[in-house]
Amino acid sequence: MAKAHRNLIRGYAEQLRLFGTPPARFGLLAMILVFLLLPTVVQDDFWLSVLIYVGITAVGAIGLNLLTGYCGQISLGHAFFIGAGAYVTARVGGDLGLPLPVWLLAAAAVGAALGGLIGPFTLRLRGHYLAIVTLGLIFIGEHLWRNLTGLTGGNSGTSVTAGAAIGPVDFGALSIAGESYSRNQGYFWLVWGLVGVIALLAKNLVRTRPGRALQAIRDRDQAAEVIGVRAGRYKIGAFMLSSAIAAMAGALFGSYQQFVSPDEWNLLLSIQYIAIVIVGGLGTIFGSVLGAIFVGALPALIDRYSDAIPGVRTSVGGEGFISVFALNQAIFGLLIVLFLVLEPLGLAGIWLRVKNYFKAWPFSY
Amino acid sequence: MTTFLQNCFAGLALGSTYALVALGFVVIYKSTGVINFAQGGLLALGAYLGYTFAEDLAMAFALAVLLCCASAALVGAGFERLVLRRMVGRPPFAVIMITIGLLFVLEPLITAIWGFRNKQVPNPWNIRTVEAGGLVFGVRDLWTIGLTVAVVLAFFLFFRYSSLGLAMRATAFDPEAALAQGISARRVYAVSWAIAAALAALAGITMAAGPGGLSPSIGFIALAAFPAMILGGLDSPAGAVLGGLVIGLAEALTRGYQQHLAGWAGDNVSVIVPYLLMIVILLIRPYGLLGTREVRRL
Repeated sequence: MAKAHRNLIRGYAEQLRLFGTPPARFGLLAMILVFLLLPTVVQDDFWLSVLIYVGITAVGAIGLNLLTGYCGQISLGHAFFIGAGAYVTARVGGDLGLPLPVWLLAAAAVGAALGGLIGPFTLRLRGHYLAIVTLGLIFIGEHLWRNLTGLTGGNSGTSVTAGAAIGPVDFGALSIAGESYSRNQGYFWLVWGLVGVIALLAKNLVRTRPGRALQAIRDRDQAAEVIGVRAGRYKIGAFMLSSAIAAMAGALFGSYQQFVSPDEWNLLLSIQYIAIVIVGGLGTIFGSVLGAIFVGALPALIDRYSDAIPGVRTSVGGEGFISVFALNQAIFGLLIVLFLVLEPLGLAGIWLRVKNYFKAWPFSY
Repeated sequence: MTTFLQNCFAGLALGSTYALVALGFVVIYKSTGVINFAQGGLLALGAYLGYTFAEDLAMAFALAVLLCCASAALVGAGFERLVLRRMVGRPPFAVIMITIGLLFVLEPLITAIWGFRNKQVPNPWNIRTVEAGGLVFGVRDLWTIGLTVAVVLAFFLFFRYSSLGLAMRATAFDPEAALAQGISARRVYAVSWAIAAALAALAGITMAAGPGGLSPSIGFIALAAFPAMILGGLDSPAGAVLGGLVIGLAEALTRGYQQHLAGWAGDNVSVIVPYLLMIVILLIRPYGLLGTREVRRL
């Protein structure tokens, strides 16, 4: 009997394999190579810092996508959990001086606990009501961050001195085989390594039983309950998991930036994450990372090249039609509207179509 | 006692602004099932348009108010026509996000056109006050309350007695049955967006014509109207008014007494009181004070 073509999928197990086909394995190899070599090729601090922020954003976006894209729960409060993670890091990693694995997990634990507090609401409220309760989280959170001065430093913010060392390897001052690397290079490997780990865990979660339960709840929660899915339990679980991942993103953010203030955890940050998830593609892990690269890099690029964009005002009272901040906001808004109206599947959907076109080539019509 | 009544009055004045905005939310929610997060943008747009008409074009204040409500209504209907109509039948998440996207486009546009600096809207009521029974009433606050009462009355009469109002109630109750009776759902949707935008603009201009003046942050008032709407129940116009007043009162009373009674809670607690109140009520009554309990059916 002739051997089946290597691209042919012959069963459900094969369909679910992460890197089953040769092109996928080639893609994985390419990604690993880029991950390892990029900081040695691009040594410019600006570009490395943009990539690091994009990576941190990708972590948070994976969390939000698990909640919104897979479980269908709307949350406008993502910024609250990110902020909580940053402050936990400031205290656990900075004041107590504990190493990276400890403060990262501590942030995740606190995030999960705070996410669990939303539990009673997720059980009773749906859709619109939940969106507004989570909107309230942003404002209550902002009040807390400004007033719990012992924890957060109040309005003036707090410095985060958490180190980035895992055992003997210090990502803040990396030195391998006599070659020493800058802090930005080290953080690139740290952050994108974590993106890879978390994306892999998330991908594995969504293709197993709990992941299918989440998607059943998203598609029709009552029907899911009827066939035996404990919808309430999974909803709270999704909230806790998403908050834990958000808090980890906040922890990385704080530790990289070394300083955080309450002004950062506002509604705009939550909206930025929603824009990322929508632009990247709801309900795809790969899309979260694509969206983070696309949307997360925008503010930094606009800031850097604001002189070159016509009509943008670069200083207070300067010439120009629109400020950098307002331009960012308008672009997030526009991206959300355009993608939802024209391309609801997001960048991941475009990617999928391109892929299918070439898969079926030359019979692609 | 006097201070208490004084605080209550301030709360009612604030609450009637919330009630106007919340009423706008409810109109759109009832007829189209959408929560319009862009309401704050429409409110700010109305306030700035009012400023342009009254100050730059030196119109009479009443005329400026009418014109700014009318132009905001046009913008609202335009939103519905250009964007929301394409979203019919899509999941609520997508529709909510569309309105958030609109808000985030509208706000920078407003600052780009009118700038960040505070504007002084001509204030037809000045800062005059009326004294009665030992209490001091600001004339502006009296006007705000009076206008709200008039608008709310007109609103309920419109829904009760006009044929368009009847069509809107029918569409809200059962869109398909209404369509089968020859009611134009398109017209109903466009009108609800127009009404909501006009209500927001009215709230905006009454806020702007006060002592604080007009600044881009005025759209935040709409965010405080969310708890008012949720508190009253998403689909109940009467609930929106009630919720607005309750939230306004709670906020004003907190502002008045919190420093003495609960200073440990920090500054500006009054800003988050609407949300705290909303959360407590939602745990007791998930569908608000007057909202309809959702029937879940497979």
